[in-house]
Amino acid sequence: MQTNAKVIMETESTDIPVDANSAPKVGAAPKIAARNLNFYYGDLQALYGIGIEIFEKRVTAFIGPSGCGKSTFLRTLNRMNETVKNSRVEGQVLLDNQDLHELEVSEVRRRVGMVFQKSNPFPKSIFDNVAYGLRINGFAHGRADLQARVEESLKRAALWDEVKDKLHDSAYSLPGGQQQRLCIARALAVNPEVLLLDEPCSALDPIATSKIEDLIFHLRDSCTIVIVTHNMQQAARVADFTGFFLLGKLIEFDATPVIFKTPAKKETEDYVTGRFG
Amino acid sequence: MNVHLIRRKAVNVAMLSLTGVCTVLAVGVLFFILGYLVWNGGTSLSWNFFTKLPTPVGEAGGGMANAIVGSAKLLLLATLIGVPTGFLGGVYLAEFGGTVFSSIVRYTTDLLNGVPSIVMGIFAYTLIVLPQRHFSALAGGIALGIMMIPITLRSSEEFLRAVPMALREAAMALGASKTTAVVTVVIPAAIHGIATGIMLALARVAGETAPLLFTAFSNRFWSPGWRQPTASLPVMIYTYAIAPYEDWHRQAWSAAFVLLSLVLIVNILARVILSRNRHVRR
Amino acid sequence: MSSSLVTPASARLPQGRARSFRERLKAGDEAAYVLTLACAASIVLVTAWLAFELWKNSALSRHAFGWSFLFTKTWDPVAGQFGALPFIYGTLVTSALALLLAVPLGVGAAIFLAELAPPRISDALAFLIELLAAVPSVIFGLLGIFIMVPILRSAEPWLKGALGFLPLFQGPFYGVSLLAAGVVLAIMIVPFIISISREVLLAVPSDQREAALAVGATRWESTWDIVVPFARKGIMGSIFLALARALGETMAVTMVIGNDPKISASLLAPGYSIAAVIANEFTEATGDLYLSALIELGLVLFALTFVINGVARLLILTTTGRGTAQ
Repeated sequence: MQTNAKVIMETESTDIPVDANSAPKVGAAPKIAARNLNFYYGDLQALYGIGIEIFEKRVTAFIGPSGCGKSTFLRTLNRMNETVKNSRVEGQVLLDNQDLHELEVSEVRRRVGMVFQKSNPFPKSIFDNVAYGLRINGFAHGRADLQARVEESLKRAALWDEVKDKLHDSAYSLPGGQQQRLCIARALAVNPEVLLLDEPCSALDPIATSKIEDLIFHLRDSCTIVIVTHNMQQAARVADFTGFFLLGKLIEFDATPVIFKTPAKKETEDYVTGRFG
Repeated sequence: MNVHLIRRKAVNVAMLSLTGVCTVLAVGVLFFILGYLVWNGGTSLSWNFFTKLPTPVGEAGGGMANAIVGSAKLLLLATLIGVPTGFLGGVYLAEFGGTVFSSIVRYTTDLLNGVPSIVMGIFAYTLIVLPQRHFSALAGGIALGIMMIPITLRSSEEFLRAVPMALREAAMALGASKTTAVVTVVIPAAIHGIATGIMLALARVAGETAPLLFTAFSNRFWSPGWRQPTASLPVMIYTYAIAPYEDWHRQAWSAAFVLLSLVLIVNILARVILSRNRHVRR
Repeated sequence: MSSSLVTPASARLPQGRARSFRERLKAGDEAAYVLTLACAASIVLVTAWLAFELWKNSALSRHAFGWSFLFTKTWDPVAGQFGALPFIYGTLVTSALALLLAVPLGVGAAIFLAELAPPRISDALAFLIELLAAVPSVIFGLLGIFIMVPILRSAEPWLKGALGFLPLFQGPFYGVSLLAAGVVLAIMIVPFIISISREVLLAVPSDQREAALAVGATRWESTWDIVVPFARKGIMGSIFLALARALGETMAVTMVIGNDPKISASLLAPGYSIAAVIANEFTEATGDLYLSALIELGLVLFALTFVINGVARLLILTTTGRGTAQ
């Protein structure tokens, strides 16, 4: 338990002392953190006092039953919650210790990318989907550079081999699993520091799911990953850290083996052992 | 923040503000029209306007009583022609639709709706005025009536369709025939929408001038019956507006004020009825 | 009575009653079907009849002038020479000008209402704009004559100063002109563009918008690059619909266009449109050829709006999945 957590931490070159029975203590600053975050839809409070620290180049998963607020919280991490009218945030979200709300919103969203539950490619070609973010952010200098960057993103999303001969076909010609990887490639194209994945596999079959899970495993070398998932086994498979949400509160946050094997809170234990779902 | 981002931000703010300006302009026009008409037309409104006949040029104290009555007559005839046809046609499309024929009907209805009103006037002219050799309220009423058909039909169909299948099935499961089910259950359920559709069609047709120019034509006096040309509010507005007499201009403003008020009141009423209905249903 | 008499009679009676009741029911359904069918069919009939009457009554003119009717620019009733070109020109020019002004304004306002305005305000403003669409044409004409034309006349020096180098803005200006008609038409068709475009923009799935925002696009970029193109067909449909309205507009146009059957390069010159000449000269038409020529103009207008409305409905139907009669 304690050992397992230590093992995870020590394989990378950061030495963060870990106490299995409390939230991981921080030596280095967290990549992205929330402090006392409350969130309201109009008068309805959806998140209560969330405090969390998410570490760089790790995979963090949020689990919990439907409607517990995990997706809502995820969306505060790149200010996508602001697209909902009448919503209100109290508290802080910090990216590299800077308050998100003091940064320019489109810059925040470029640095903290997002992949959605249902794949949503633009009605453009595969190439243009990936190129879109590059174009508007002015990242590519010239056609050759653009093509190189699109290729690199598609490779990072493990999709290049499958689409390299049909880059100018419509994105909609791809099957669901590949469309989702295309959406990941599109998000990766702008070099985000954090990638948020909102139940990315919930609409996919097991084979497509496992491809994306492999992808996540490889991506953590270059990117901090936060994934919301309905599927506990998925969290156990891919995540280094897991947070359990219930009714808008973060009940427990710890190294994944701890959450699943020796959770500190009863609610966590009830959930992971399947007593409610 | 790099220069590129600053520029994008600036473009963002500029373009979004521009869209706001467009909206303000569009809505502003409406308020301007209303305001001007109230100021110009409302203030020159007098009792004479509603009760007196037009007087010869130069004489003050004329009114548009005959035009008001004339418009009412034309609208009555138009309603008698347009509403039953449109409504029953809508019932057909909603209850017996799904065939190729009903798609043809639907498409033709939209096309008929798009025919310019002056062409409709030509049609009524060739149909009625030419054979009879004189202008008449009948011809005008028919022109307006045909214009009402597509509007009434489409809205009737829409609201009848919106009634859930479950209601029809419930009635028929109790032994009602299709006709009985439609008449006693479906139509009453859709009646708010159908009524507002009729109101809106009326409002639209009430303001039409072009088709009356050579059907109902105009009249400085009362026109009893249906076989004589008759004055109408919109035609009077037109005639008086392009004439060179100040007094007539003032009367045109008054008439416009009255006409617009009626049209807008009916439109607003229709909307209110519709929205109230939705709350009751849910 | 023997039972054989009673039983068959009493047995027959209820059966007889039931049959006639069922028959009556069926007859009721039949009658309803036939009645509603007749009404629905009457629309197709009326439309066909309309086209037929236009065709028949313009025969004199069509036989006299043939296709050259559309390309002749002389309109001289006294000499019996009738050509449609000045009116076609005026109709097209004023409609084009109206679109030029109304489309950016309308699409811009639709974007604001669909993307930026809070739902309640968006609904309220959309309602007000639909009220604008209900204002009768003759009232626009009235305002045109007494407000717009004087304003344009006083703006003449500014117009000539800024744009006078273009042949479009040269020559004498009396206020009533192609320009005035174009502007009034623009105001009249803007509500159609706004309300339909707003509806199709609202129908764009929000995940498209979010995907663009999530790669760092600004609000404007996500709207302009992604949402508007997605709704492109419906917006085009609304523009075609607006065009069809503009082509057929009669009263407002005839009150401010100047009613002069000449073709001129300048927008400041008076002109004439198909609908306007029919409105003005129909009751003055002396002679069958004159009347027939006017009716042939009506036929041209009918065909024009027929085609454009058809295209518009096709575009809108395929986007929102339903047509609307407004």
